[in-house]
Amino acid sequence: MNTGKVTGVISNLIFIEVEGAVTQNEICLIHSENKRLLAEVIRVKDAQVSAQLFETSMTIKIGSQVDFTGKMLEVELGPGILSKKYDGLQNDLTKMSDLFIEIGQSTAPLDEDIFYKFNPLVKVGDKVYAGDWLGSVLENWIDHKIMVPFTLKGGYKVVTIVNSGDYRIQDTIAVLSSEKGEKVIVTMVQKWPVKRAINVYRQKIRPNQLLQTGLRVIDTLNPIAEGGTGYIPGPFGTGKTVLQQSIAKNSKADVLIVVACGERANEVVEIFTEFPQLTDQVTGRKLDEKTTIICNTSNMPVAARESSVYVGMTLAEYYRCMGLKVLVLADSTSRWAQALREMSNRMEELPGPDAFPVELPATIANFYSRAGLTELKNGKWGSVTFIGTVSPAGGNFKEPVTESTSKVARCFFALSQKRADAKRYPAIDPLASYSKYLEYPEFVRNADELIQKGWVEKVKRCKNLIQNGLEARDQISILGDDAVPIEYHTAFWKSELIDFTLIQQDSFDNVDMNSPIERQQYMLNKVMAICELDFPFTEFEEVGTYFKKLINLLKQMNYTAFETKQFRNYEASLDKELLGIKEEIIN
Amino acid sequence: MKTKAFKRIYTRISGITKATCSLKASGVRYGELAWVNGMPAQVISVVDDMVTVQVFAGTEGISSHSEVTFAGAPPTLKVSDLLASRILNGYGEPIDGGPALRGEARIIKGNAVNPVKRSKPSTLLATGIAGIDLNNTLVTGQKIPFFADPDQPYNQVLAEVAMRAEADKIILGGMGLSNDDYLFFKNTFTEAGVLDKVVSFINTSENPPLERLLIPDMVCTAAEYFANDRNQKVLVLLTDMTLYADALAIVANKMDQIPSKDSMPGSLYSDLAGIYEKAVQFAHGGSITIIAVTTLNESDITHAIPDNTGYITEGQIFLKKDTDIGKVIVDPFRSLSRLKQNVIGKKTREDHPQMMNALVRLYADAMDAKTKKENGFDLNEYDKRCLAFAKEYAMDLLAVDVNLSIEQMLDTGWFLLKKYFEKFEVGIKEELLNQYWDERKIKEPVNSPSHGTEVSL
Ligand SMILES: Nc1ncnc2c1ncn2[C@@H]1O[C@H](COP(=O)(O)OP(=O)(O)O)[C@@H](O)[C@H]1O
Ligand SMILES: [Mg+2]
Repeated sequence: MNTGKVTGVISNLIFIEVEGAVTQNEICLIHSENKRLLAEVIRVKDAQVSAQLFETSMTIKIGSQVDFTGKMLEVELGPGILSKKYDGLQNDLTKMSDLFIEIGQSTAPLDEDIFYKFNPLVKVGDKVYAGDWLGSVLENWIDHKIMVPFTLKGGYKVVTIVNSGDYRIQDTIAVLSSEKGEKVIVTMVQKWPVKRAINVYRQKIRPNQLLQTGLRVIDTLNPIAEGGTGYIPGPFGTGKTVLQQSIAKNSKADVLIVVACGERANEVVEIFTEFPQLTDQVTGRKLDEKTTIICNTSNMPVAARESSVYVGMTLAEYYRCMGLKVLVLADSTSRWAQALREMSNRMEELPGPDAFPVELPATIANFYSRAGLTELKNGKWGSVTFIGTVSPAGGNFKEPVTESTSKVARCFFALSQKRADAKRYPAIDPLASYSKYLEYPEFVRNADELIQKGWVEKVKRCKNLIQNGLEARDQISILGDDAVPIEYHTAFWKSELIDFTLIQQDSFDNVDMNSPIERQQYMLNKVMAICELDFPFTEFEEVGTYFKKLINLLKQMNYTAFETKQFRNYEASLDKELLGIKEEIIN
Repeated sequence: MKTKAFKRIYTRISGITKATCSLKASGVRYGELAWVNGMPAQVISVVDDMVTVQVFAGTEGISSHSEVTFAGAPPTLKVSDLLASRILNGYGEPIDGGPALRGEARIIKGNAVNPVKRSKPSTLLATGIAGIDLNNTLVTGQKIPFFADPDQPYNQVLAEVAMRAEADKIILGGMGLSNDDYLFFKNTFTEAGVLDKVVSFINTSENPPLERLLIPDMVCTAAEYFANDRNQKVLVLLTDMTLYADALAIVANKMDQIPSKDSMPGSLYSDLAGIYEKAVQFAHGGSITIIAVTTLNESDITHAIPDNTGYITEGQIFLKKDTDIGKVIVDPFRSLSRLKQNVIGKKTREDHPQMMNALVRLYADAMDAKTKKENGFDLNEYDKRCLAFAKEYAMDLLAVDVNLSIEQMLDTGWFLLKKYFEKFEVGIKEELLNQYWDERKIKEPVNSPSHGTEVSL
């Protein structure tokens, strides 16, 4: 094995003198007391290597031995990933016994003693390629495919395959043989380097199908597609985390990967305590059964923030290869960028804007491009949808992380301080935010089928009404209430109606927190029917009073279970109010 | 310390800057405590045999032949129950004239708690201040700063909260504290008869600024001892974290690091998070709650210090002067408690969440009306009602000098809503309206204007 010696320590940057060949991003183990501390090579110059340590460095002595592993940072892929709580390096946090995370502690990501019921999907003699399904086991309720290792190149023949039965993850499941006769033993586990995309699919196509999140302001107004990308920038306290968590709770994804990257530990604790109690919208099973949490909170090693997002993405790609819909949520990608900045500064690299590394835009673009809708080699479809939060310094979107992300993410959910201050939650700015998928013809066609004919058209009309309303509001505030035509007030109050009943949604109310698409369809139709009326108001003060009554009734409806008796009662009161006004229109 | 007997003395310093010294030394580790001329210092870089130490008190008076020794370990604090009632400096040494500390020497930058071993903080921490308890309810195990301009009475409010909150231990970390404020805290604790449950780590504005750098870690180490080893409810007070961050910037600057926003080091977020994340609720009942002060410059929360703080802490309590009522209030817009969800409507009355939001929304309408008025427009009838409501709301609920139970605060809320608004204007669920608007008999609030102060409608 290739070894070296520690020659310097500055915080978590370690200088090493090495004897043999080293590779960029190779993992090395630094001997410290009786532990081995993990570090990643980030620069090589002759025999001088710089490595970032995934720990605190206080115990390391100059001259300590360093072992180079010859491998990049890898994850273990196999059944048992779901429901796990990993740190940023895929250590299973639950397996650590102490209250505090001891330096240099590592635990196995998977469980070697559990028996899984295996069913073969191939026969001896079949020809297989990387990523092909050899068999499947049941993981929680998910049909977990055991696949031909992604690292294999070219065609292989199945030499042996075990019968249906109970096996552990390290048991041999199949033996494959290459054209040259090289034998490969396959177990239920394989390894993959996190910084490389798993690309054993046939093709990646444009996302075209709505991924339901249960949030009106997203699904109706700014929809994200299966395999799509989105980002949520916002100043602190505007609701990034709450928004992501409500998406997590209500989305119709098969598998959920939550990456808590450099943020608060208590927010992860909330997931730990809530998810096992919550019910998944699709299967009715508990939410934690389809969820894996990667947790590198702000007080955990800074260098592992970067790896945490890559670990999350790689696990997602793995499940995508099984033909599943995977949703990855990362909070916050800015912390990862900051970790890159800390290291780059310590290495005294020439800085880019705001002292971030120059390659930041490329790093972000490369990462977002790993999401996508893919057709597998067997014709099945799988997707990875990615939504990241961004925490811009000073709440100013003109900063490198927000700007670089805006170039690659297709949905933009901009959180506004002003809306958050006024408790208009979710504080998504209706004008600034967008979804590029509304422009995809294939998405429009699918919405016609899934929801109703002309759906996207209607959504766009609704967005226009919001814009008109806000323009009217500006005029009113410049000219004064009675100096503008009454239509300005009506336009403004229409946009308020849309705001209060479609955009705003109470994430802490048991009913309102989740709105399935059928209910959103009802609401958009109802609201648009109101907005398309010609109102006979003569005094501007009437407008606000009338609309507040409608808003109040629609809000009560949002708080009430869909299509129940109570719901119908509110609907009847609403229709009565509307009938009154229609009669006035006729007279 | 077992290495003490072999302690090597170095007497050749090859480089001196305003904050650091470099010298050739062997067997030294990053983060180790050292003494230069008897003054405490810490190793911040080891490359080959060249060691750089940061001298906390500054390098004035250090010569190239000054004596340097290394402790063989990072800075520590001697923890034991004997810490109670003591006053210590940034190195954890007594400055109260009492005996030297005894107990286990614990490294002050302890490991992180495994997130899966944390409990969800969900015990209400009542303060009697409605701007906090009603709108921004606190929970034990939370970390939250006061954001305040230097002319706000933040230390007074901090002390008030500390005295009213239930805690087994109070650990005060004073960083750049003025001597007057230091004495104020001391008097408050003495008068309340709680000195025996207070531990203070004090760096006043008279001490060297870099000595502040150790205070938060010292405080957290003591807090962790009482919270985890002794299962106690610990309340940590840190004032003023802005001065702590300024000290970080000084060191970074002396080290020629590339500054990021507002001349702050790029690692500011991680540095602050390392401190605030010590707040925790343990399953065994012990907890650490951190209430800090971050002073602002002209209420600018976009400056790197409050900005990074806001991204780390579980909300912030924003103090400001309300000129309409002539009092300091808790700003309902800028303030936030992120953990309030864990208790409001669950540990408090069911109408709490909706009442709190309704009041703030209507207050926002009032502020719009105010702007309208300032721009010279006529106010409509609704605007006028909002403005009248806002004044009473600020007086009865937002001012920091109120002291009420949460039940009283909610009743005051209903009283104000009924006085100024119609049911359909308040955006509250019908169930709650039925119960509280119609049925519940609500007494007029004690400090309502009809009992004295004039409010013109
Ligand atoms: N949809 C929402 N409904 C109700 N309250 C919300 C909502 N979103 C945010 N909040 C409030 O704002 C606080 C901060 O939200 P959070 O998501 O933690 O902000 P961020 O992650 O942007 O800093 C929450 O603790 C909650 O009190
Ligand atoms: Mg957040």
